[in-house]
Amino acid sequence: MLLSIRNLHASIHGKEILKGVSLDVNKGEVHAIMGPNGTGKSTLASVIAGREVFDVTSGEILYQGRDLGKLSIEDRAREGIFLGFQYPVEIPGVSITNFMRTAVNEVRKYKGLDPLPGGEFLRLMEEKKKLVEITSNLTNRSVNEGFSGGEKKKNEIFQMAMLEPTLAILDETDSGLDIDALRIVANGVNKLRRPDNAFLVITHYQRLLDYIVPDFVHVLFEGKIVKSGGKELAFELEEKGYDWIKKEQV
Amino acid sequence: MESEANKILDEVTQGDYKYGFVTDIDTEFAPIGLSEDTVRYISLKKNEPEFLLEFRLKAYRHWLTMTRPKWAHLDIEPIDFQKIIFYAAPKKKKELTSLDEVDPELLATFNKLGISLDEQKKLAGVAGVAVDAVIDSVSVKTTFSETLSKHGIIFCSFSEAVQNHPELVRQYMGSVVPYTDNYFAALNSAVFSDGSFCFIPKGVRCPMELSTYFRINAANTGQFERTLIVAEEGAYVSYMEGCTAPQRDENQLHAAIVEIVAMKDAEVKYSTVQNWYPGDKNGLGGIYNFVTKRGICKGSNSKISWTQVETGSAITWKYPSCILLGDNSVGEFYSVAVTNNHQQADTGTKMMHLGKNTRSTIISKGISAGKSNNSYRGLVRISKNALNSRNYSQCDSLLLGAGCGAHTYPYIQVDNKSSIVEHEATTSKISEDQLFYCQQRGISAESAIGLIVNGYAREVLKQLPMEFAVEAQKLLSISLEGSVG
Ligand SMILES: Nc1ncnc2c1ncn2[C@@H]1O[C@H](COP(=O)(O)OP(=O)(O)O)[C@@H](O)[C@H]1O
Ligand SMILES: [Mg+2]
Repeated sequence: MLLSIRNLHASIHGKEILKGVSLDVNKGEVHAIMGPNGTGKSTLASVIAGREVFDVTSGEILYQGRDLGKLSIEDRAREGIFLGFQYPVEIPGVSITNFMRTAVNEVRKYKGLDPLPGGEFLRLMEEKKKLVEITSNLTNRSVNEGFSGGEKKKNEIFQMAMLEPTLAILDETDSGLDIDALRIVANGVNKLRRPDNAFLVITHYQRLLDYIVPDFVHVLFEGKIVKSGGKELAFELEEKGYDWIKKEQV
Repeated sequence: MESEANKILDEVTQGDYKYGFVTDIDTEFAPIGLSEDTVRYISLKKNEPEFLLEFRLKAYRHWLTMTRPKWAHLDIEPIDFQKIIFYAAPKKKKELTSLDEVDPELLATFNKLGISLDEQKKLAGVAGVAVDAVIDSVSVKTTFSETLSKHGIIFCSFSEAVQNHPELVRQYMGSVVPYTDNYFAALNSAVFSDGSFCFIPKGVRCPMELSTYFRINAANTGQFERTLIVAEEGAYVSYMEGCTAPQRDENQLHAAIVEIVAMKDAEVKYSTVQNWYPGDKNGLGGIYNFVTKRGICKGSNSKISWTQVETGSAITWKYPSCILLGDNSVGEFYSVAVTNNHQQADTGTKMMHLGKNTRSTIISKGISAGKSNNSYRGLVRISKNALNSRNYSQCDSLLLGAGCGAHTYPYIQVDNKSSIVEHEATTSKISEDQLFYCQQRGISAESAIGLIVNGYAREVLKQLPMEFAVEAQKLLSISLEGSVG
């Protein structure tokens, strides 16, 4: 088991958002998490990544058999957890190249490896840029500064490709993308699927799942997973809408 | 949420100063305190011509009539000038003719600081940087003087210039910063000890970076150096200045003067990385840094560019300025000032537009952490005759934590209608979002802050010569971090 979430409760500023989430993810699997806005999807992603503004009040997250609660944000990342952000933040004056070089080398240091020599790093970057069809000099620009919605999301997938995570959480990577960008981003993800990694794809719409076909679909509603199934569940949701879930809950 | 970010920032902004060591060298001191005798002692020690002693005495007498300025955002203990030693020089056995004769302790000191005084070593590398090494009150060694003299360039200590080129010193010294200018300029003019002198003749592009490295070593001494740079018509020079001091519990005074003269079509680029000892975490000790730096663009189409990275000193008070006298002349000021713990900085620039079509650019980036105070104070003055002149100013402040202060005082005076002045100012914080984003990629909070701060200062850092840029980037991170060094 790669990831095992047990009855997770989490709150922010005393307000409980996650109200007992349980979820198991094995290597090689793609899980989709769907649900209406404000239901706690991003919160779940943040809590797995270790964001400190959220308090885990009960329950636990096991990752590769280890209790994540004891690991810092950066160590979780170095252990292979990646979060593709719903709203990637701007870092003015820091080029993507410089940012990624720092990240890659800090991860390597954690693993007891020497920093990647400049030439090798640049070659790696060129290879991964192709994966998400970044052709421009985007990587010389400051991280996310003045990026279009599509560029931001491509940049997230590019970073994922660079870091080769074991568990990738993609938070609404499809939102705000036109159909071409969506295809590119999804292709990028598909090329990175391997038997020894897993994806948690958070999305509001079924559309993305036409491209990234999930093994399991879960519906998160008001801080709980209320329904799980195969990929058909996504179609059912698309057809009946989230009102269907809401009604079932009452 | 903010408090979480603040906690991380607090943890990582407790950096240590790594240049705080003291070298045990045989030093000769002037009697403690300040009087006309002190002034005469210094002049005699340096075997100065009469005109210079006269200049010093006039400055001293003028200084006696002045009172210490008061500043809005600097909180300074009174300075007891009778407790300061105004001249300290490493004793030398005889005149130096080669590096072998420099006290090995001194060489070791500069090596430890990462400054090579060995020309051979530098020649093996790339372009090469000529260095004037000043410890306490005197210059101990200037490298590459001979190579440079082949181009007609004079690069030597101020004392040597006084001996060998008294006519040039007499012509230019005090022509940009008169001794009457301000309290600390008057003091410096009376007691200045050494510094660098640099003269680039007509039409010569200086083939290497020139630099001076200032080091305070002795206790209870003040450092009062003076630098004079003259670029004749069509000349170009890039000049860098670095400085450090040992870690001591008492405050030490540093009051310097830098004067730059750029004639027609000349360009002078002056870069500083100021890293005097800032005092400890509780605000004990550190250098009082009161500096008057000013350049005059005397001829048309001349250009003076100041770039400074200020990370050190308990108190910094300096406003590198440009007098844009020649038509079409250009003045630039690029500054990053970092204050941490109890440091106080009040820095900025003055751009005095006198010639027509003169242009100036001001980019100031303040970074404050801990309980520090960081102020930008700038004056842009466009005179009646400076028609069609332009200024662009951008003053940004970055706050790391809740206990620090950032202030901006832009003064603008425009006396004609054809000129344009633009001013922009922002204040920002490192957000929890940014830290989380970096950390999620495996970057530690410390490195993340270093990265973000360097990104914030990039516009200024990219103005620095290569030799300095890497050093400055590291310094920015170190000044704000606890892990390095
Ligand atoms: N930083 C925050 N401060 C306060 N409330 C928050 C914060 N982040 C999320 N929330 C609240 O948590 C709930 C779930 O938000 P979120 O996890 O972003 O939902 P989703 O991603 O499913 O749209 C919402 O009610 C939101 O207002
Ligand atoms: Mg969300």
